[in-house]
Amino acid sequence: MKLGTSAIIGGMLFALAIFVGLFAPWLAHTDPVMGANLVNAEEPPSWIWWFGTDAQGRDIYSRVVHGARISLTVGIVSQLVNSVIGVTLGLTAGYWGGWWDDVVNGLTNVMLAIPSLIFALAIMAVLGPGLTSLLIALGLTNWSFTCRIARASTLSLKSQGYVQAARVLGYGDLRIMITQLLPNMIGPIIVIGTLGMGGAVLAEASLSFLGLGIRPPYPSWGSMLSEARDQITTAPWLSVFPGLAIFLTVLGLNLLGDGLRDVLDPQSRSRRT
Amino acid sequence: MTAAPLIEVEGLRIDLADGARHVAAVEGVSFRIDRGETFGLVGESGCGKSITALALIGLLRRPLSIAAGAIRFEGREIQGLSAAEQRALRGNRIAMIFQEPMTALNPVSPVGRQIAEMFVLHKGKSWREANQLAVEALANVRVPAPERRVKDYPHQLSGGMRQRVMIAIALACDPDLLIADEPTTALDVTVQAEIIELMRNLCAERGTAILMISHDLGLVANVCSRVGVMYAGRIVEERGSDDIFRAGAHPYTQGLVDSLPRLGSRAALGRSRLREIAGVVPAIADFPSGCRFNPRCAQATEICRTTVPETTWLGAGGLVRCHHHA
Ligand SMILES: Nc1ncnc2c1ncn2[C@@H]1O[C@H](COP(=O)(O)OP(=O)(O)OP(=O)(O)O)[C@@H](O)[C@H]1O
Ligand code: SF4
Ligand SMILES: [Mg+2]
Repeated sequence: MKLGTSAIIGGMLFALAIFVGLFAPWLAHTDPVMGANLVNAEEPPSWIWWFGTDAQGRDIYSRVVHGARISLTVGIVSQLVNSVIGVTLGLTAGYWGGWWDDVVNGLTNVMLAIPSLIFALAIMAVLGPGLTSLLIALGLTNWSFTCRIARASTLSLKSQGYVQAARVLGYGDLRIMITQLLPNMIGPIIVIGTLGMGGAVLAEASLSFLGLGIRPPYPSWGSMLSEARDQITTAPWLSVFPGLAIFLTVLGLNLLGDGLRDVLDPQSRSRRT
Repeated sequence: MTAAPLIEVEGLRIDLADGARHVAAVEGVSFRIDRGETFGLVGESGCGKSITALALIGLLRRPLSIAAGAIRFEGREIQGLSAAEQRALRGNRIAMIFQEPMTALNPVSPVGRQIAEMFVLHKGKSWREANQLAVEALANVRVPAPERRVKDYPHQLSGGMRQRVMIAIALACDPDLLIADEPTTALDVTVQAEIIELMRNLCAERGTAILMISHDLGLVANVCSRVGVMYAGRIVEERGSDDIFRAGAHPYTQGLVDSLPRLGSRAALGRSRLREIAGVVPAIADFPSGCRFNPRCAQATEICRTTVPETTWLGAGGLVRCHHHA
């Protein structure tokens, strides 16, 4: 396993975001919601207010730090749900084939035809804003690529000697899928998952920006951007810092995903062995 | 010893579905293997040896299916068993090793784990116990430093070592029958001889019966006490190994014997090909009527082209199916 420089930078950016999210209560200077004090309204960044304050006098640094929690929770959890759905559907469809394969293929094609953000928007519109709705909306709408890859990998792995051998040795279908198929396709699944996580962080920001995700006063990076919209010229720091947080996190995940692809890609693997 | 043979195949017919048409890829195949016995199936490529073996373990899949006949393991018909009962037999009571040690092991799993899995799956052992048993199993197949080797991945092992691991996996649960389908074709001649010797010794120690499949008559006769010669989906002769060499009764068997190198060690016998029988095994859809060997047979007469030869019983339980057998 040899990761490239850009992948290491990406990994460090992502690790930083996780660290900030995990230790948000200790890193923040003030309470992100209740810390309002009109005396300090609209302060530009300074030694006291690192990222400045907003119209209600809330510390933007503290809000960005807490925002990491929500944005990363949404990114990680929803992508995990997507990966589990995609792998389960793709693996079983490829393995069993027949009518089940047709059903999964049909479903995947539908998902691929509808832009996932539009689909998520529709789900949010029905469920109403909030963290749970966000997790559901983003977790159910972005599994089609994972599913495609899992199905294609299964089809090519199915004829491998060790899968046939497992059948001869009395392995059941589930055991074959878990021990013989899944570990041999996990590389590309992780790559897609990492890239998808970046996508989910962006999608959260977009939905919250549109007022459909996390609602103010709770700070997600998207909801902060949404609130800052009207003051973009008068108090640009309100947009710049949450925007930068989104940018760095998504960039980090993309660099990491690309780097992992180079390492885990089945072709580069066979070249090494 | 029980009265029922370990495994008994009776009138097996395997159909190959080609659209709505069904053609028999294997027909009227019968044989029995007793406990601890060694039986070989020999024949050129495409004779139906492998699909017969798959039928034995209930693993024929579309477009192939069992169309007639019975396969009984310890008197119980395999086709009558549920899917779960069949799985409980596979790998546990009936094990199988293949030609390709390169691809028959999972590349991303340490070999020890793949052996241990058998104990977990079939013997209900904990992973802890199973991992210890895996070390023993590797030691049994004479892999040096087994406690270190269990952590190795397949690509870290040589072909011969991998085939030893395959044997360890196959024999892990102490099966009653080991099916070896061309187990050494992919290996060097010297390694081949070692592996065969190992397999034979281990099975003899444990009383495991062997069904050995190969196109190499020399190899099969070396390992097995009885040999069935298959041609185009039928068993044309079944004899004790010595009789086959001394006095093969079927023209095809004689051709196989003649094509072996005359002189040389057992190891030299290993690599022979059937150069001296002119022509090839016909495709399933093009099986000729009468005796299927007739287009390639020097002794063929009119009756051979029209009538399927009956079974003729020879001494010592041997049989031959030929109108003009020796
Ligand atoms: N899945 C399948 N679909 C169609 N035909 C098949 C299939 N499997 C085997 N056959 C055909 O059945 C016949 C017997 O095949 P089998 O693999 O049993 O031969 P074999 O005697 O084991 O030969 P080899 O020495 O090459 O292994 C061949 O003609 C083969 O083409
Ligand atoms: S039956 Fe006829 S064609 Fe067939 S092997 Fe005997 S002599 Fe040859
Ligand atoms: Mg074969």
